[in-house]
Formats: sequence, structure tokens, C-alpha cells
Amino acid sequence: MSDFQPHPDLAPPASTVGVIGWLRVNLFSSPMNTLLTLVGLFIIYSLIVPALDWAIFSASWVGTDKNACSHDGACWVFVGQRLDFFIYGFYPKAEYWRINVVFVLLALLIIPQMIENAPYKGYLGWFFLIGFPIIAGILLLGGIFGLEPVPTDKWGGLALTLVISFVGIVAALPIGILLALGRRSEMPVIRTMCVVFIELWRGVPLISVLFMASVMLPLFLPEGTNFNKLLRALIGITMFQSAYMAEVIRGGLQAIPKGQYEAAAALGLGYWKSMGLIILPQALKLVIPGIVNTFIALFKDTTLVLIIGLFDVLQTVASAIVDPAWPEVSTEGFIFAAFVFWVFCFTMSRYSIALERKLHTGHQR
Amino acid sequence: MQNTAPQETTETQKAGIIQMIGVHKWYGEFHVLKDINLLVDQGERIVICGPSGSGKSTLIRCINRLEEHQQGQIIVDSVELTSDLKHIEQIRREVGMCFQHFNLFPHLTVLENLTLAPIWVRKVPKAEAEEIGMKYLERVKIPDQAQKFPGQLSGGQQQRVAIARSLCMNPNIMLFDEPTSALDPEMIKEVLDTMIELAETGMTMICVTHEMGFAKTVANRVIFMDEGQIVEENEPNEFFDNPQHERTKLFLSQILAH
Ligand SMILES: Nc1ncnc2c1ncn2[C@@H]1O[C@H](COP(=O)(O)OP(=O)(O)O)[C@@H](O)[C@H]1O
Ligand SMILES: [Mg+2]
Repeated sequence: MSDFQPHPDLAPPASTVGVIGWLRVNLFSSPMNTLLTLVGLFIIYSLIVPALDWAIFSASWVGTDKNACSHDGACWVFVGQRLDFFIYGFYPKAEYWRINVVFVLLALLIIPQMIENAPYKGYLGWFFLIGFPIIAGILLLGGIFGLEPVPTDKWGGLALTLVISFVGIVAALPIGILLALGRRSEMPVIRTMCVVFIELWRGVPLISVLFMASVMLPLFLPEGTNFNKLLRALIGITMFQSAYMAEVIRGGLQAIPKGQYEAAAALGLGYWKSMGLIILPQALKLVIPGIVNTFIALFKDTTLVLIIGLFDVLQTVASAIVDPAWPEVSTEGFIFAAFVFWVFCFTMSRYSIALERKLHTGHQR
Repeated sequence: MQNTAPQETTETQKAGIIQMIGVHKWYGEFHVLKDINLLVDQGERIVICGPSGSGKSTLIRCINRLEEHQQGQIIVDSVELTSDLKHIEQIRREVGMCFQHFNLFPHLTVLENLTLAPIWVRKVPKAEAEEIGMKYLERVKIPDQAQKFPGQLSGGQQQRVAIARSLCMNPNIMLFDEPTSALDPEMIKEVLDTMIELAETGMTMICVTHEMGFAKTVANRVIFMDEGQIVEENEPNEFFDNPQHERTKLFLSQILAH
């Protein structure tokens, strides 16, 4: 009788690994597959080359007015010339620096959040959520510390888009958490209130929420109350998004095993501590994709504020392309607007993936 | 009698640190606990056994009010369990519990699992809590796993972490609900050994388990439950060698058969 001999670990066959292996398995596994690959390559080629040519190689990049546009390709001169309007809206030119400061501050606060092991990350995070909105609000609104007041109907462009999304995101998350907890509460009154709130806001389109906020709300308010239009839109959007957020988070709460609640309770943790320290960290982690999805939807939904006469970035573009000084630039304008939205949404999406990876600590059964 | 001078309180504690008097519980229409009377003295070690569904878990979960009883009295450490949240949280601080499925917090490291309750419930400073945590990790013989996440440990190690987590709160009473029944056979012993060591420190323990060897080694009393009732209780040798009721005999023959 021979002893047990462990079989040595062997490398996998060469034809199944590496670039060649991948190509063979995925693109050229059969004659039919090879044909499809070639047809696909041809289609991609015949689409990409003219697109690149239009957008980059034959495009006009420098100049000051429509005469600089060659009409062989895209006229990015238009975007360059109207960029201030797309970014700052009707904000007074002399005060652009205030928006710039807010942008820079925003970037400075977001970047450390994306870097692993950045120092003071926690403090910066709290400052981002509490201190930053106050500073940004003072800078943008003005009216104190000798800053010239800028009424909100002068706000517009990318700045307005970011203001609305930031407020919507930062306010909708905590409200959504409270609503989700309330919906699972054992107290019938609280539960019913949360259910009614959520279902009410979820059941109407955002566009009608905004419409009601701008047209109908003033009818109910006492005569002479002047409720800022932007503020009304912000409240409407926040309520609407927090209802969605609540449902996303509720999904996460339901996925946490009962044993986690019991272990927390058995250790003597009260309701808020067990929620804040045990349940929510796990539940939120589970639903990061859903939360970010809601954020992305919110970011894009900000364009709907056009219905109440606010000029977000898309609306500034839409109004600039009908300017007779710049004929035939609508394609460039909309591509630019789409690109702006894509950059922000894609960044959020990548960040959520990175966050998910970082927080993945393995689950017990 | 129990709320006069502190000394007297200690006396009552010694005599009956847990008192269940005429306890009934229903799940809806289902009468799950029927007239439970149980007195546990400080330092006593009780093993509860009985067929699945007989109400063992429910009984011990009533002691720290993970389940609510509807009739009768439960007094733990001279505090009666009512719907008063203050009392409930006070008792939960004094009563540790280990579950069949460990219920460690998967998003926290082992050491964080241990320090969380001392820091947030007992308000112990972080450094001191970590010291206590390491002390108990050493006692359950896995100090080298402190920085790992529960998902990276074996079942036996996880259950020992769970025991250490309860001990960090410095409880007077420990409850165990089938702590070894989710474990692979080769890991049962390490957990039982930990529990035996704990018993040697004089901890008051109530343990739902079918590990009869463990019961014989550490228990002062074995309780047999069936259909929501305490059928029989006795000191371990008498209980195993000379069971009084037919049901107890049947149950013992079944679990000893394999
Ligand atoms: N939350 C619950 N709702 C309804 N019935 C339950 C619940 N928990 C347990 N039961 C029932 O109560 C009985 C006793 O359960 P349990 O105490 O877990 O038994 P054991 O631990 O002895 O196996 C079982 O029949 C079980 O189905
Ligand atoms: Mg059970």
C-alpha cells in the first residue's frame, strides 16, 4: 500500500488564459462567432471614425464668434464663448469669484473622501455636511459681511444644478433614513405617518411636485407671503427624493438578520444606538448601489426645475442655442450638456463601486 | 422586601438572582410557556434541555426580555421586568447572552465587536475598553484574531468571540442558547471548554444545550422542558440515571442513542 501522495498544483492550459485565450473564447470560438466579431468591428469602425472626426479632428476650437466655425466639424468655439453662462447663469460677472470659491471648496472637500487613509477624513466629512453648506450659502446669497446680495433668480447654469443636487442629496439621505426607520417602527402612529408620507410623494411625478410648489403652494399661503422660488423647488425635490431614499434604505434594513437586532439589544444598546452603530452601517452598505442610483436620478432630475423658470445647466444651453448670434450649434450645445451630466453621474457611479469594495468585510451567514 | 437597604438587596440576589414566578407566554393564540416557575441562585449553573419547539429558547429569551411574557413575574437581580425600558436596559447590561448563530457584528473587527457595548453602554474610555477586550480575547484563547473580521474566523472561534463580547460587559448572569449546535463537531469542544472555564469562575449560567457531558460536568441542575412546561428538574446524576417521567426517559434515550 502506497502512502497518500498530494497531487502537485499545475498551471491551467495556456490556451485558456491570457489575452489570446480570452480572444479565442469570447470572440473567435466558432466560424459564426468570428463572422459576428468581424461585422461588429466594422460597424464600430464606421461609427467611431466619423464621430471622432466631427468632434475632434475637423472641429473648430479657437475663435470668438460664429465666423470661427468651419462647419466641417463641431464648433466648440460656441461652448467656449458661452461657458460662463453655462456655469454661472445670470450671476453678476464681478461676483463669479464667489461661485469659484464654492467650487474649489467643494472639490477640496470631496477629493479627500475619495482617497483612502486621507488624514482628518471624518472631520472633513462632517464639515462637508454641516459647515460647507453654511459657507456656500453665505457666499452665494451674499447680503452679509459686505457681500453684495445676489437674488436666487440670478442663479443658474451648472452652479444652480450643483446647488439643487447637493441640497437634495445631503437632505434626502437623513430624512430618508428616518422615514425608513419610521416605516418599520412598532409605534402605529409613526409607522402610518411615514407610510402615508412615502406613498404620497412616491405616487406623484416630480414635475407635478415642482409645478405644485411653484403655482399652487402660493395659493394656499397667506397673501403677501413671499416664499423663495428656489427654496420651494428645493423642498419639493428633497421631499420627493427622501421618499425614494426611504424605500431603498428600507430594503437594506429588511436584509439585516433578526439576530443582529437581538445581539445589539442583548448587549444593552438602546434603539438609537443599535440602529446607528449596528443596523444602519450594515443596511446602508448593502444598498449603496441603490442610494447612488437615487442620487444619480436626482442629479438628472434637477433639469426639471425649468418648469418653474429656473435655469439649470441644460436650460442655459437650451436658451443659448436659439441665440441668433450662434446659428446651428444645437448639437454641440446638447452634447456639451450631456457630457457635463455624464461626467458627474459617472463619477458618482465609480465612487459607489470603490466604496462598496472598501466596505466589503465579508458576511456571516 | 427587596427595595430597602442595599445589604438586603444583595441577600435576595444571592438567594434568587433570577426568579420566574407563574410565567405564561403566548405567540398569538399559541400558548408557548405554561406556568413556568424557576428560581436560580447566584453562581448556580442550570442546563435546560428538551425537544425542539418545547419553548427552551423562548424561556431564556424572556429573562433578558428579547421576548415579552404576558402573565406572571420575572425578577432579575431584584429588578422586575415590565415594559419599563429603563429596567429592561438595566437588566440587559447585567445579563450576557450567546446565540446559536453567534450574531457577531460582521462590519466590525473582532476587537470592535468586543469594545462596542462597553464604550457606548457603560461609557468606558476606548483605550480601557480595548484593554478589557484583549483580556477576554486572551481568556477565550484567540488574542491573535483581534483585528480580523468575524467572517474570517471559524465557527468555533466566532462563538468564543461572542462569549468574550458578552463578558466584556461584566455580566452577573450568562445565558446560552444552544451555543454549540451550529458548529462542526471538531469545534464543539473548544467552545465547551471555554464555557467550563467560565463556570469555574462562579458565573451564574443558564444554558440550553443537548451536550450531556457538559451538563454532567458543570450543571447544578438540569431542567427538562416539553410543550412549554418544565416537566422535571434534578441534579445531573439523578436526572440522567434516574429520570422520573416517561417523557424524560424517552427524550434521554433518543439523544443518547446516537
Ligand atoms: N416569533 C414567534 N412567533 C410564533 N411562534 C413562535 C415564535 N418563536 C417561536 N415560536 C414557536 O414557539 C415554540 C417554541 O419555540 P422555541 O422557544 O424556539 O423552542 P426551542 O428553543 O425549545 O426549540 C415553537 O413551536 C415555535 O414554533
Ligand atoms: Mg431554540
